[in-house]
Amino acid sequence: MLGFTLKRLGLAVLVAVAVSAAAFLLLRASGDVATALAGEGARAGDIENIRRIYGLDRPLVVQYLDWIGKMAHGDFGQSLYFKTDVLALVRDKLPTTALLALFSLLFALAISIPLGIVAALHPNSWIDRACLALAVLGQALPNFFFALILILVFAVMLPVLPVSGSETWANFVLPSVALGYYVAPPFMRLARAGMIEVLASDYIRTARAKGLSGASIVLKHALVNALVPIVALAAVQLGFLLGGSVVIETVFALDGLGYLAYQSISHLDLPVTQAIVTLLSFIYVGLTLGADLVNAWLDPRIRVG
Amino acid sequence: MTELSALPVLELVGPSPRALLHRRLWGHKGLVISVALLTLIVLIALLAPVLAPYDPYAQDLGRRLIPPLWYQKGTWVHVLGTDNLGRDYLSRVLYGARISLLIGASVMAISGLIGTTLGLAAGYFGGRVDTLVMFTTTVRLAMPLILVALAVVATVGGSLWVVVLVLGLLKWDRFAVVMRAATQQVRGLEYVAAAECVGASTLRIILGEILPNVLPHLIVVATIEAASAILLEAALSFLGLGVQPPLPSWGLMIAEGKVYMFFSFWLIAIPGTALAVLVLAINMLGDGIRDVAAPGGGRA
Amino acid sequence: MPLLEVDGLTVDIATPRGVLHAVRDVSFRIERGETLCLVGESGCGKSMTAFALMGLLPQTASRSARRFRFEGEDLTRASPARLGALRGDRMAIVFQEPMTALNPAYTIGDQLAEVHRRHKGSTRHQARERAVELMEKVGITAAGKRLGQFPHQLSGGLRQRIMISMALMCGPALLIADEPTTALDVTTQAQILRLLVELQRDLGIAMLLITHDLGVVARTAHRVAVMYAGEIVESGTAAAVFALPRHPYTRGLMASIPVPGKTPPGARLGAIPGIVPSLIGDIRGCAFRERCAHATAVCTAPVAVRAEHDHDWRCVLEARPVAA
Repeated sequence: MLGFTLKRLGLAVLVAVAVSAAAFLLLRASGDVATALAGEGARAGDIENIRRIYGLDRPLVVQYLDWIGKMAHGDFGQSLYFKTDVLALVRDKLPTTALLALFSLLFALAISIPLGIVAALHPNSWIDRACLALAVLGQALPNFFFALILILVFAVMLPVLPVSGSETWANFVLPSVALGYYVAPPFMRLARAGMIEVLASDYIRTARAKGLSGASIVLKHALVNALVPIVALAAVQLGFLLGGSVVIETVFALDGLGYLAYQSISHLDLPVTQAIVTLLSFIYVGLTLGADLVNAWLDPRIRVG
Repeated sequence: MTELSALPVLELVGPSPRALLHRRLWGHKGLVISVALLTLIVLIALLAPVLAPYDPYAQDLGRRLIPPLWYQKGTWVHVLGTDNLGRDYLSRVLYGARISLLIGASVMAISGLIGTTLGLAAGYFGGRVDTLVMFTTTVRLAMPLILVALAVVATVGGSLWVVVLVLGLLKWDRFAVVMRAATQQVRGLEYVAAAECVGASTLRIILGEILPNVLPHLIVVATIEAASAILLEAALSFLGLGVQPPLPSWGLMIAEGKVYMFFSFWLIAIPGTALAVLVLAINMLGDGIRDVAAPGGGRA
Repeated sequence: MPLLEVDGLTVDIATPRGVLHAVRDVSFRIERGETLCLVGESGCGKSMTAFALMGLLPQTASRSARRFRFEGEDLTRASPARLGALRGDRMAIVFQEPMTALNPAYTIGDQLAEVHRRHKGSTRHQARERAVELMEKVGITAAGKRLGQFPHQLSGGLRQRIMISMALMCGPALLIADEPTTALDVTTQAQILRLLVELQRDLGIAMLLITHDLGVVARTAHRVAVMYAGEIVESGTAAAVFALPRHPYTRGLMASIPVPGKTPPGARLGAIPGIVPSLIGDIRGCAFRERCAHATAVCTAPVAVRAEHDHDWRCVLEARPVAA
């Protein structure tokens, strides 16, 4: 297990470095940042000034190395818009987004895995078809539209949950539902397909032959083996949820990283945008690494490969 | 020993492979419904100039926020009502279909070209090419797509074509992954080896032997990506960093209607439902093709 | 009183093309400590018979019997819960393919202990002790170490031994072995067979051994039942059936095996022409008639079972001694 872990760790570091470079490049090379910062009607002299002040006149490689060097020391620079330390800003907003992403994932798993199991136990029945129909509908509904509908329902018809702000735990309920429902269908399909395949295995027949209870067979013997692809997907989806929370946070006025990203992007606040994109990428790499390790623990056969 | 040429030619009994395919295609309800629905939407989009009763950009501030037909204050003059600037909603929705379809098709084409090339190369050549493509794909996947897209659009300036380019150049990852896996499967099969023995050029093998056999996978991924692109553009436009007003992008219409949604729900309901229906049709199409193309004909 | 009494067992499976009659009016009995071999080619219904006894049939299958008694208990209309309580405890099964029969996610010790804890309510420690005891009995070395290993770390022969010890964990009265050696290499086959015979002697358990190999029958069986197309066409003590096979199918099977010392080199081995008939839809009369050299018009009508000194067969023909 140790050798496997070290190999995966090495790969993760390489990817992280590459990602930081790629993000840096994309953000700076997609257009002339100085011109955009200067705004409309700016004179050439102003643009040159901006370019010099923010060090945008140096070669990209130099800019990148400079930034990486500072980042290694925890210096992410100053926010152009908020005029405060970037790291402090990001650190402040990260927990909110992390909680939102986590709750969304838990919500998605809580509805998709049981539904997937039920569908797998009654393949091609009306239950199965209903679950699949639900999955198909869920994937077609735009999440910001669903979010607005939730706000309408809970602000006007059922005022039991708050629809904006981020003060209490209750504030996370609706945003988690609005963000999580969209990633539930892939999990449901995966759970269903995985369970169907596993339930047809010989070792499940052995478990039945031992006279074990239905619950034990499904939950202990079958589910563990069907979980491997789900864990892998969960890591990817968590990364996606973290990065994709911008719309939901904006709609629900949830003061997290996504909303911060939206604000900084709108105001072309490069240091903050850079920091957020890089941070989220690193988290993604870490999550997939974690998923690989969990899977190797779940299925001992993976450790060899 | 009978002369082989003297033997009568056996008539094949039963339906031809083409007839069987037709039977499978038409027998699949989801596929038929989605094809019909999509054809309808494409036709509507193409015929928008003819079908739309008004100019989607024509404002009439004296006729703001008229509700659709089925409301009490609705009228036949504006079947789907008007928005906050008095523009006819039906016309805007019809023209909005053009935008969504254009986005879906072009992003799918661009990202499909990039991703399929990468995937085919990785799957066919293996070794270092494969490692490089997988590494690049992993790096791309690690980046939060929507944030990067937002940032680039913000820097360059929002417009329909900017959105198309940004999404097209970034959304190739799924194509690459699926095409790579499919190519690897097909690569080991005998007719590929046969083509290589005969000395066929690499390009010919890839285009002639491998591509036709991974086509079903390609089509399924293409539908997923088209649907995803449509939703992404809607989200970008909703946030103000996508298609710019006064274009009738459905996402933009929802953003514009959001302020009034408590009293004029249709302003967000109509474009939202339109998006859902379009995406649903595309997804059903993908599912249907996957079912039919599965070995054994899928649901028989 | 016999340990297991089955009379008129029928298994029907619903398929898109109609009802498949996998097992048709099968009757047999097994005494305590006795081995009954169920012989037949692939698809004749022998595995389905075993699954029907254990309650392991697929959801699309339905089972009925005139009589099904095990250890004196009437199980013809037993609930799934009752069968579940007996499975693994009083009757156990070893399957054909050991490579896929164990759960890759759990250790050997876990999977062995589980069945003992389920039926006997033992503690983890007690169950593991019992597991070690049985593993040693089936000839597994370093049993203690094996407890912590995972299935993929063991060879096929070793895994099959594990399956056998798993079946014996609760001390069942009946062990069903469904082609236990077919998936193993020849050397291991002989070892496992020898093991099964020894275990049966030592533990006094009854065994239902399913096989297509007459050699296995010769080495292990007290009684034998020959199955064809879902029916038992001949049954009796192994000695009687081998000495004078009455049913043309049995004779065909015997003729197709070379006998060392008797079959001259270069001689043609017997083969039974034709293929097994479809079991979907109604089947009238003798199912073997289309491949039988002696079939007559009488064979299209239902064939009664003839009996003689604990030797039954389903054929209208008079027996003639087989030319050696």
